[in-house]
Amino acid sequence: MRALERWTSVATVAGFGFFGAAFLALGVVPWLLTDRVAPVQSGAAFDAKFLPPSVPLGFRERYGDLASFKRGIDLGRRVYIAEGCWHCHTQFVRPVANESARYGPVSENWEYQNEMNLPQLFGTRRVGPDLIREGGRRSNDWHFAHFRNPNDVVPESVMPSYGWFFDEDGKPNDRGWAITAYVQWLGSWRHEEARP
Amino acid sequence: MNEVVHLRRVKLWIACAFAWFAAALAAGFLFSLQFLRNYPFPGVELLSPARVRVVHTNGVAFGFLVTATLGLLEYVVPRLTGRPVLSQKVAWLAFFAWNAILVAAVAGYLLGEMQAIEWGETPTWLDPVILAALAIVAVNNVLGPIARHALSERRGLYVSNWYFVAAFVWTGINYFVGNFFPQYWVPGSAGASLTSMYIHDLVGLYVTPVGWGLMYYLVPVVLRKPIYSHKASLLGFWSLAFLYPLNSAHHYLLSPIPMWVQRFAIVASVGVHLVVYTVLYNFWQTLRQGGTEVYSNLSLRWFVAGAVAYLLTCLQCAVQVTLTFQEVIHFTDWVVGHAHLVMFGTFGFFVFGFVHELWPRLCGRSRWHSESASHWAFWLMAIANLAMWLALMIGGLVEGNSWKGLEPFTRSITSAAPYWLVRSITGTAILAGFACLAWNLWKTATEPEAEAA
Repeated sequence: MRALERWTSVATVAGFGFFGAAFLALGVVPWLLTDRVAPVQSGAAFDAKFLPPSVPLGFRERYGDLASFKRGIDLGRRVYIAEGCWHCHTQFVRPVANESARYGPVSENWEYQNEMNLPQLFGTRRVGPDLIREGGRRSNDWHFAHFRNPNDVVPESVMPSYGWFFDEDGKPNDRGWAITAYVQWLGSWRHEEARP
Repeated sequence: MNEVVHLRRVKLWIACAFAWFAAALAAGFLFSLQFLRNYPFPGVELLSPARVRVVHTNGVAFGFLVTATLGLLEYVVPRLTGRPVLSQKVAWLAFFAWNAILVAAVAGYLLGEMQAIEWGETPTWLDPVILAALAIVAVNNVLGPIARHALSERRGLYVSNWYFVAAFVWTGINYFVGNFFPQYWVPGSAGASLTSMYIHDLVGLYVTPVGWGLMYYLVPVVLRKPIYSHKASLLGFWSLAFLYPLNSAHHYLLSPIPMWVQRFAIVASVGVHLVVYTVLYNFWQTLRQGGTEVYSNLSLRWFVAGAVAYLLTCLQCAVQVTLTFQEVIHFTDWVVGHAHLVMFGTFGFFVFGFVHELWPRLCGRSRWHSESASHWAFWLMAIANLAMWLALMIGGLVEGNSWKGLEPFTRSITSAAPYWLVRSITGTAILAGFACLAWNLWKTATEPEAEAA
């Protein structure tokens, strides 16, 4: 009993030991295992072939080549993080609660094994719908109108408006294009699969 | 004995914690108005609701609970060990650095520098500074005095000190693991597993152990009775230490995280029953030894209300963590209600209980300025928090079943509207209760004591 009251055993066994064991079991082991199943890809894990046919020509005019389109998507991811989108939108489809009927294919591990998921954006709350299968579902114009004032297109929505994604003349600016490119990219790697 | 405690700094810590809590409450109330589609600053980038939300969550966790507990630890640790902090200068530095960090963090959120780690949204450039500040506080204010005491007395520690030592070791590693690994090295589902470790252990391995450690000091001091069972204290601490870190992946259940990791976390989470009943039984019996004191003493009233909230949240946890419940309640307001009951209903109330006992003494007075304001503060906050929890719980079930029933998504929003209204109303009541408390705190500190009637 005495040993359990010493500061050394509290610090080493309870502090470092138990936490370290949990870190190994719930952090390091899944890390190594998923890395074996699907190695981490550098850069945005997509290619031109992943872009759904429904992605409009607008991106081509805006970004020109693929490299700058990728940079746009990456900026879009940073906007998504900075604006806290991930607090109200999740990015994974669960195998329960009819979610595949609403959103599309159930999420799999390999889809997240890329640097666009550093840090991962699974999310824990759905005030708005899940977004991992959002790409290609709606037009760019729908997204621009929605970011500018969500209630114009979805009257019941409680999403705030993002006027700072637009110039004075109402045209989307860098951030407006980037966040739209990012949302259109989400799930594009599985666009060929059946969707609701 | 008080010469080992720097009373003025304890007082300042508590005052700062209250100021941060006021800011966090205001931010939470503002954010709740967005759900009623009546946000007062639409289209203002720096006050975007999604950014203000983080001022609320992190303001409560770091601004209120961490600041308040650091202040109370500066009182409790020296009293328990008979030794002051290692260096008064470093302790002052820690006090100012911590508040500067909080200011920088708020500026970061509002300017769009958020990091995508839940509860760790502090901008990435601030993370190393926070880690350094944590290390300094841990060694100078907590581990240092406790180690000196243990080395010279050559005997075991009092139960509070087990919790404090372990909490600062855990939180140091946890902050590093949670803010750096998923950000720079571990993507995807393994990164999510580590993020969940951080989310869970910030509450489970800082707020919880420090909160209970403070109560292991407060309750016996107020009652003038020892803790009921030393063995129950041991079991409570060691089972928490073993089980809580293994809980973490339950924040991303039914996600692509390997299923065995999720099942493992579920089993450990149900095991938390052991911790809860042990600790609560120990305190229950301790309170019984104190006779009728529990009915009249306001500090104990805050503590008992907090302990009841702890029982409710933990019972809720052990149920909601099952996959059956997860199917419906994950992603809904149920979880938001759960978080409010833990962070505010339990540990916020513990802090208020301690402050209720300590503040008049720090101000050199025998009692609070207004007893009725103290009562108003307690009942407003206790009832409002319980009502908010219930409303969000029901609202969560409505949302989850609406999604599962494949109604149009917007139906889940229109159906949740009444519960969001209740949240804003109860939030107003909490603000009012806190205003009573803060006014009373201010008056107690500044007005000369009235003659006893």
